[in-house]
Amino acid sequence: MLDTALSLNDLRFLMLGAGWTLLITAISVTAGTLLGVLFGVARAQTPVWVSLPIGFVLDIFRSVPLLIQLVLFNSFIPILGLRATPFSVSCLVLALYTSAYCSEIVRGGVAAVPQTTRRAARSLGMTWGQDMVEIVFPLALRVMFPSWIGLTLGVMKDTALVAWIGVIELLKSSQILITRMPSEPLFILGIAGLIYFLISFPISRLGARLERKWREND
Amino acid sequence: MNYTFHWRPAFRALPEMLAGSLVTLQIAVLSMVIGIAIAVLLAVMTGSKSRWLRGIAGTWIEVARNTPALFQIYIAYFGLGQIGIHLDSYLALLAGITFNNAGYLAETFRGGLRAVPQTQVRAARSLGFGPIAAFRLIVLPQLFRAVFHPMTNQMVWAILMTSLGVVVGVNTDLTGVTQELNVRTFRTFEYFAIAAVLYYLIAKVVTLGARLIAWRLFRY
Repeated sequence: MLDTALSLNDLRFLMLGAGWTLLITAISVTAGTLLGVLFGVARAQTPVWVSLPIGFVLDIFRSVPLLIQLVLFNSFIPILGLRATPFSVSCLVLALYTSAYCSEIVRGGVAAVPQTTRRAARSLGMTWGQDMVEIVFPLALRVMFPSWIGLTLGVMKDTALVAWIGVIELLKSSQILITRMPSEPLFILGIAGLIYFLISFPISRLGARLERKWREND
Repeated sequence: MNYTFHWRPAFRALPEMLAGSLVTLQIAVLSMVIGIAIAVLLAVMTGSKSRWLRGIAGTWIEVARNTPALFQIYIAYFGLGQIGIHLDSYLALLAGITFNNAGYLAETFRGGLRAVPQTQVRAARSLGFGPIAAFRLIVLPQLFRAVFHPMTNQMVWAILMTSLGVVVGVNTDLTGVTQELNVRTFRTFEYFAIAAVLYYLIAKVVTLGARLIAWRLFRY
């Protein structure tokens, strides 16, 4: 029944693609989270004339298809006279995309900390920075973490689009194999899908469990 | 920077791109309507007593949520051909997005169903409602109210997802039209910038429209 032309080498090729998928995810989520925390705190804590423009720009990243963003950046960087590999363009775009969503999560997390708690912290003589690090951050973390896991998995799945500007990640590798072995697309795609699933499913379950557990303690 | 922008020819293609926007909206709306119907079914199935029904619904939801949307479109386009179902790129895109929508919305509806107390159904039944009438007249309106906002988000997602059609060769939607223009002229940045603005406007109009509808429907 399992009569397939797929060799061990092809499987290794798919795994290599999965490696690229994970690498792009890791880089863009790390950079995007750092930026997102910055933007999110800025949106929650600065006067309207600062937070509104930031919010507007970040909203664009959430309202334009990622594919279009990738193509736009990929064509704009040479216009500026710079050179960048498709890999770095992908990481840049995905990092900005992540930061746009992450800033919303952070803003929500900061807003979820009661004003009274923060005022109490400031009355005890804590500086704004201490209040942020010692009071707001630990309390907001439980609100933010489950959504952040969801965001990370979303970005992992969205890396499938970077193939369009020429990065050979997991889904593109499977497509290349299909072009070579056109008789068994379901089997090859099935393996690729299984790899995505095996990465995503356990982590999303963990996120859901943490969310439930932390809600019970409230 | 020694690149000259050529906006004039790009703006001349605006009618073509607007026609593409309509196709984009059409695919998104179709995928939402069919997706919502399937999602209600899946949400009810997850609460069923039959292990088979629960298994099917659970598998659908988890696969839809844990694999990329593009992968789901690929399955519809490349994969289904192997078992004798040949979809053209438009239908494959529609099938992929509908599958994805149904999975995400089913999870939303499941949460929404939990928000409607079981006691209300029992009250309706004891007042003489049949099981279907109780669901349609008592549960569904409250469910709709609880899931309206997430449904709006999913609609915006569906619009953004339609752009993936170009990867399997759809050339009538906004991204497809833009790509055709791009291949003809190599003015990538200009055309895709206009497409980005159009997508932004579509997303904003849909969000605003949904907010108006919500304000009109849920005033009491």
